[in-house]
Amino acid sequence: MKKIRFIAQKELYHILRDMRSLIIIFVMPVMMTCLYGYAINMDIEHISLAVIDQDQTVQSRALIERFYRSNYFFPPKYPVNYHDPDQLMRASNAAAVLTIQPGFERAVQTQQAFELGLTIDGSEVSQAAAVQAYASGLLNEYLQDRLPPGTTLPGVRLAQQVLYNEDLESAHFFVPGIVSIILLMVSALLTSITIAREKDTGTLEQLLTAPVSPGQILIGKLLPYIGIAFIDGLLVLGFAKILFSVPFVGSFWLLMAVELIYVATALSIGILVSTMVPTQQLAMQFALLLTMLPSVMLSGFIFAVKNMPVFLQGVSRIVPATYFLKVVRGIMLKGSGFAVLAPQAGFLLILMMIFLLMAVRRFRARIG
Amino acid sequence: MNGNAVEISGLTRKFGDFTAVDHLTLSVARGEIFGFLGANGAGKTTAIRMLCGLLLPTSGQGSVDGHDILKESEKIKKTIGYMSQKFALYRDLTARENLDFYGHLYNLGNSTLKARINELAEQLSLTPFIDRLAGALPMGWRQRLALGVSIIHRPSIVFLDEPTAGVDPVFRRTFWGLLYEMAEQGTTIFVTTHYMDEAEYCGRISIMHNGQLIELGTPHDLVAKYGAKNLEDMFIDLIRPAGASNEEN
Repeated sequence: MKKIRFIAQKELYHILRDMRSLIIIFVMPVMMTCLYGYAINMDIEHISLAVIDQDQTVQSRALIERFYRSNYFFPPKYPVNYHDPDQLMRASNAAAVLTIQPGFERAVQTQQAFELGLTIDGSEVSQAAAVQAYASGLLNEYLQDRLPPGTTLPGVRLAQQVLYNEDLESAHFFVPGIVSIILLMVSALLTSITIAREKDTGTLEQLLTAPVSPGQILIGKLLPYIGIAFIDGLLVLGFAKILFSVPFVGSFWLLMAVELIYVATALSIGILVSTMVPTQQLAMQFALLLTMLPSVMLSGFIFAVKNMPVFLQGVSRIVPATYFLKVVRGIMLKGSGFAVLAPQAGFLLILMMIFLLMAVRRFRARIG
Repeated sequence: MNGNAVEISGLTRKFGDFTAVDHLTLSVARGEIFGFLGANGAGKTTAIRMLCGLLLPTSGQGSVDGHDILKESEKIKKTIGYMSQKFALYRDLTARENLDFYGHLYNLGNSTLKARINELAEQLSLTPFIDRLAGALPMGWRQRLALGVSIIHRPSIVFLDEPTAGVDPVFRRTFWGLLYEMAEQGTTIFVTTHYMDEAEYCGRISIMHNGQLIELGTPHDLVAKYGAKNLEDMFIDLIRPAGASNEEN
């Protein structure tokens, strides 16, 4: 409708003339990408790994070399010699110990079942998870190079391989999460102040005496932000891709399409917050609180959703980042197509509708 | 259009235990300049907000321009103009952009709107300021702009809540000149004010006190009725016995 267009245009003027909005739009996402990205990235690279090689063969040395050549593991600073992993770990201050028992080479050559020992320092939870993921990833790579083509039987296993799926291959695992969380926070923050600002400055009173409906006002306000948040998404994705050299195997356009839905959902959260609180300050705090904590803790960014208690699994379903995280991981790392990701996009659309309807209801109630 | 511009009976609004407007009954004829007087906190603004569809009454009924205030607020919004006590326009938009925005919300076409903005800028002496940000305008010009926005769509009734608060006497004179012109063309003007000299300009005035309407009539009749020297003395005499604050502004 025409009125929506004019509200959108007016909103765009507000954005472009407000230094604070511009900073939230352009500076914050880039800053957060660097900050989050590096903080998390640094933590999980260069993990000190000690090795007990009881096989002492070409194959076992090749495996060790493969581990150390990766960016993820390096030998302990003070090499010591123990046969017991526990002792070795404490003496060398390593985060993990790889034990290669005798018979490894033979097992690789003959495709026999074999178990390698991986002892992990569990006190650093996220690092421990990364060690497991990297080690199994590196081992798989190593084995694949040696398997005759067409063979699928994995002969050698890591004894500690319990959690986590093949997604967890590298630090790239975290980047999609960072992208999802930053986009959600920035988007919600942007719209959270729109209605609150009109309440703050008193302009809402004049606006409400004009013949426009709450729906028209809210959608008109949403529209320019969809464009802006979409560009933000490109910015964050681009930055993350360049900075952390994440692979991108899937369809760019599919990711863009889902990103559009995702930012619209995030912006709806902001709009909803905006109708609930009286001041801009409160709106911003509320928007951050509502988006950051659940996204970091419950989206599967750090903790796998399937390991959560049932109640929290339920909560994670209303966290938009849960869905977008899967989409970004799927598209960037696995090259998943539309068929696989359609349910996620669908859930995001449903969430957006719910948030928007709640916002319109709240807004209408306020006028009465 | 038939009937009165404003017709209300028993209009009441409570906020918790506090009754802001208490059984207000009055009617305003078309083309009338109706002065709505009362001390601060007397309930004027609450009453106006109910008439403009910004607030629902707790009880009572009324119509504005023939439309029911309870059920037809969407229709009312199309025919009224409203100027808030507090400056309620976008400070980060220019005067022209504010006028343009509201013009479009009232469904004015581009060419009509352009002509109307030029006309208003001329009438309100806003032309030199038209492309300045509203937030950067001097007080008096902000009020002119706010009036301009409230009449951009040539409403049949305008509600002006303290339109001249904080502006200089010269401009107040001009402002009232404009209101007279509009009234002559058939616009109903419903205005609240603190200035008794302004109240003299009104066709009829009503006086509200503690949420209730305590007096209604032409300025001349009221002064005569109370044997007061002028409207100001009458007003103060009328308000004081009930123990209300006499503080102006």
